[in-house]
Amino acid sequence: MTWYTLLGQQLINGLALGSVYALIALGYTMVYGIIKLINFAHGEMYMLGAYFGFYALTSWQLPLIPALLVSMALTALVGVVLERIAYKPLRNSPRITALITAIGASLLLQNVAQIGFGAEFKPFPQVIPFKRIQLGFVFITNRQLIMFAIALILMILLHIIVQYTKTGKAMRAVSMDKEAAMLMGIDVDRIISFTFAIGSSLAAAGGVLVGMYYNRIDPYMGVMPGLKAFIAAVFGGIGVIPGAVIGGLIMGVAENLVVAFGSSTYRDAVAFAILILVLLFKPDGLLGKRHQEKV
Amino acid sequence: MNRMNEPRKLDGKWNIVVLLLVVVVYGVIQLLAAKEILLPYHLQVMGLICINIMLVVSLNLINGFTGQFSLGHASFLAIGAYLSAALTVFLGMNFYLALIISGLASGFVGILIGLPALRLRGDYLAIATLGFGEIIRVVILNIPAVGGPRGFTGIPRYTTFGLTYILAVVTVLGIKNFVNSAHGRACVSIREDEIAAGSLGINIIYYKVAAFAIGAMVAGVAGALFSHYMQYISPGTNQIGFLRSIDILIMVVLGGLGSLTGSVVSAILLTLLPELLRGFAQYRMIVYSIILIVMMLFMPSGLLGGFELSFEFLENLIGKFKIRKRGVSDGTS
Repeated sequence: MTWYTLLGQQLINGLALGSVYALIALGYTMVYGIIKLINFAHGEMYMLGAYFGFYALTSWQLPLIPALLVSMALTALVGVVLERIAYKPLRNSPRITALITAIGASLLLQNVAQIGFGAEFKPFPQVIPFKRIQLGFVFITNRQLIMFAIALILMILLHIIVQYTKTGKAMRAVSMDKEAAMLMGIDVDRIISFTFAIGSSLAAAGGVLVGMYYNRIDPYMGVMPGLKAFIAAVFGGIGVIPGAVIGGLIMGVAENLVVAFGSSTYRDAVAFAILILVLLFKPDGLLGKRHQEKV
Repeated sequence: MNRMNEPRKLDGKWNIVVLLLVVVVYGVIQLLAAKEILLPYHLQVMGLICINIMLVVSLNLINGFTGQFSLGHASFLAIGAYLSAALTVFLGMNFYLALIISGLASGFVGILIGLPALRLRGDYLAIATLGFGEIIRVVILNIPAVGGPRGFTGIPRYTTFGLTYILAVVTVLGIKNFVNSAHGRACVSIREDEIAAGSLGINIIYYKVAAFAIGAMVAGVAGALFSHYMQYISPGTNQIGFLRSIDILIMVVLGGLGSLTGSVVSAILLTLLPELLRGFAQYRMIVYSIILIVMMLFMPSGLLGGFELSFEFLENLIGKFKIRKRGVSDGTS
């Protein structure tokens, strides 16, 4: 394998993984944009999505797309309930309080999942027969294509919802100025619940896709991707939706390149190194707007 | 206002009381150990409590008093644990010297992390420190000399319960004095309002870095004690990774951000709890996380938030008791 084959192959693998990071990062960025909370439990939405997808595929014998939709709906419900129980009462308390609650929620979901679903790896059902397609000098698998396609469709749907529907307009209004939005008659609680529902369902879709891609799921699978997707969101400029997509894709590619040309044991450190560099040199991210601090 | 200006004439007396108490508690524990009422296992748990007290109190200085939300405290523990073990195992260095060196090294890393922390606030800082912690963990994981993913084995057992006890007492008293000094008040003012503190002429950079350095140094020493106590240290996330950091954070939050008494109490409680609930090990984290959420929802300032077991509090308590007694004997109140 020559270096450019390796490079091209890793780019494709990276983009496939990156599209999932982008899906998770969208949830982070939307929630942060609207209530300024790093929803640490978002990685667990991704994990729950994978498990719901697993049970929909095995116990209910659903085909892939309905299973994906079921998983997204159930996870959206969990996200909304979590927001109502744990985050809503803290909306006016210091941000650190809400952050600690989010860490608590994340730990709780992980450990409940560990007891409910079992701590061991579960093999994800092989719904799509594995196929490799030659694309010039590199290969792309049909699973990677499905990942791209589903992620792309969801992103386009999200774009339409946020930009062209009344609810989307309300979401943008709330993230700009919550008080003003309230004065304009927007039901802020409903919009926040809606944001959690959308964010969680995107993460769930990511979970199902990754389960299908790696063939295995476990209760702690959400921790690292969750952190990396958050970093992707920061990288792209937190609160900015296109930023999350770009950040996720770059993160996926960077990670795969380090594995290919460096050492796979440093795989998880890459994301954090990127994060620290971004925070030091461009704290508002690639597409973020500069915020002036007011006294 | 009164309290600040009033000279603390009773300080000398209370210092002696505290010193006596520390010595008496130590003596009683050693006596019980000699009589074999306390088994080596109990002593080991108490040693771990002391190590955890050091970790929790030092994180409370950063998170609770200075208001800099750090999620990477376990990385300082990791530096102390691994560096000291490497020094004693490979170089045969004197343990106490290794303890000092690893404390200083970890404090130095604390400065390195504290410096960029100046640019970051709140949740960004939390994520950045988490990132630093994970980077340090991954680097350790990739050093074959210290065992890599298998962990560092064969560390001599130099730590004794007595040593952890003395160092925990020194830490608590030292940080208490720091917090009550002008420097400590500067740290608290940064927590309350950074911009206001800055415009009053407080050197924000200096105090933030100082808090990180002191906290990291103590955690480094605690790490050195830990690795020479357990004779083994592994690079797992629940040992030196962010799960450990969150463990320490839970203790700080449960005790109360900004309460040293709370830190000590919760370090004792949460170290004993898993030992007592051995059979329920798998439910431990569920209980922890529910505690965390419920605390934040209903008692965001923790068990003893803002409360300190102080001399004044004790004097007031004794005073009230005396008045009540006199009231009873006089028939008045």
